[in-house]
Amino acid sequence: MPAETEAVKTPLYDVHVGLSGQMVDFAGFLMPLRYASETAEHVAVRTAAGLFDLSHMGEIFVTGTGAAAALDHALVGDLSALAVGRARYTMICAQDGGVLDDLIVYRLADEVFLVVANAANIAVVADALTERAAGFDAAVEDRSAAYALVALQGPLAHEILARHTDAPLAGLKYYAILAGRVAGVDALIARTGYTGEDGFELFVSAADAVAVWRALAAEEQVVPAGLAARDSLRLEAGMPLYGNELTAETTPFEANLGRVVKLDKPVDFVGKKALAAQAATPPGRRLVGLVARGRRSPRQGYAVLTAAGLPCGVVTSGAPSPTLGRPIALAYLDTGVVEEDGLAVDVRGRPEAVDVVALPFYKRH
Amino acid sequence: MSVPEELRYSEEHEWVAGLDGEGGIVTVGITAHAADALGEIVYLELQPAEGDTVEAGEVCGEVESTKSVSDLYSPVTGEVTAVNTAALDEPKVINDDPYGEGWIFKVRIADEPGDLLDATAYSKLIEED
Repeated sequence: MPAETEAVKTPLYDVHVGLSGQMVDFAGFLMPLRYASETAEHVAVRTAAGLFDLSHMGEIFVTGTGAAAALDHALVGDLSALAVGRARYTMICAQDGGVLDDLIVYRLADEVFLVVANAANIAVVADALTERAAGFDAAVEDRSAAYALVALQGPLAHEILARHTDAPLAGLKYYAILAGRVAGVDALIARTGYTGEDGFELFVSAADAVAVWRALAAEEQVVPAGLAARDSLRLEAGMPLYGNELTAETTPFEANLGRVVKLDKPVDFVGKKALAAQAATPPGRRLVGLVARGRRSPRQGYAVLTAAGLPCGVVTSGAPSPTLGRPIALAYLDTGVVEEDGLAVDVRGRPEAVDVVALPFYKRH
Repeated sequence: MSVPEELRYSEEHEWVAGLDGEGGIVTVGITAHAADALGEIVYLELQPAEGDTVEAGEVCGEVESTKSVSDLYSPVTGEVTAVNTAALDEPKVINDDPYGEGWIFKVRIADEPGDLLDATAYSKLIEED
């Protein structure tokens, strides 16, 4: 029997175990699913602040005089137009336009970009970037193992983090990043997140992760939050998850993310031809939000049914929403389906009525 | 994980209390191990109502948490004499007190159920999970 690949422990593994975190293998990393109640963790992020270990995410650096040009060629976004100190949500696509990963790219300096990839895709993204940067004066380096990523998210995140840093947080805009010190260690402080709340993501050296975590976790209003809360928070915020809403078989246009594909940027990029063709024709399906009328939750892979009971789509993510008090879901719905008319989701053999709603399900005030 | 000595268990992680009691009425719930594995329970559906019959080993409802859902099996055969409406309204009580306030239904059993596990056997089963 071949030996199974052992799941990677993040620098905060012992901290999670000490907090009685229920550890699960997520994309090859041992991560906390929840500590106690995932609903309480979810609510804490909506009302106070939650602390997340995101060290499974990938940190890939692209540097050099040709770094911006290399990223313009490799990704669907216009990264050379990105100002230093700012971040952008973008994607890396295959030649056929399929999504290989969705990314946040930070421009740390003129010639230094930090590309943050999903845990499951680190190798795919690093390899593709290396291959695509070959003709440019740019170096691609996967430094994921050297970095830990800790996120503090929630309406109190700003005032809490301000107690642990001298960095000018008030001037740090959404989707911006600066270098500073947090809890006595060097950090890249980004105002980004995946929860629908205000908050920060702190990139620190793996060796400093415990110090930053302990300083923030010691704050009374901060609740450690696991992957379960992270998933329900992002779902309420209508944010796609790679592997669910986005795959190599989905296009950005189906996912309502056509805006991130910069077809008019002045250079050619991988996937442009296919993406331009997709942009010119309406997609055969598109991502919608569903709210269930009953209490049984649509789940990933369940069929969406018309009033006549015919399949007309598929659920990509679904869960009971702590904020709405009802199950919510993201689903790909075939183009032309009349949304007002008695749609249902086949929940283990029984149709449960759903309504199509505008996304996001939750927007902070 | 708590596995009380005095209860009997099914392989589907239900517990049965009161097998030795008067009148042949037993109480059924899901184990602490099952509740913990599910995570926070947000929805409990019970198909039989009071007076309906349940069959050992057959699906009689479902237990849904934020992350997953699993079928609820009746560990015994008989007539349902009570359902825990408090748990139907606020199923989180199943997480908070799985062997107490989180009981699910009561059954007047026809016969002594044959294939339930004792606490030792059930503990072994969940260790192997």
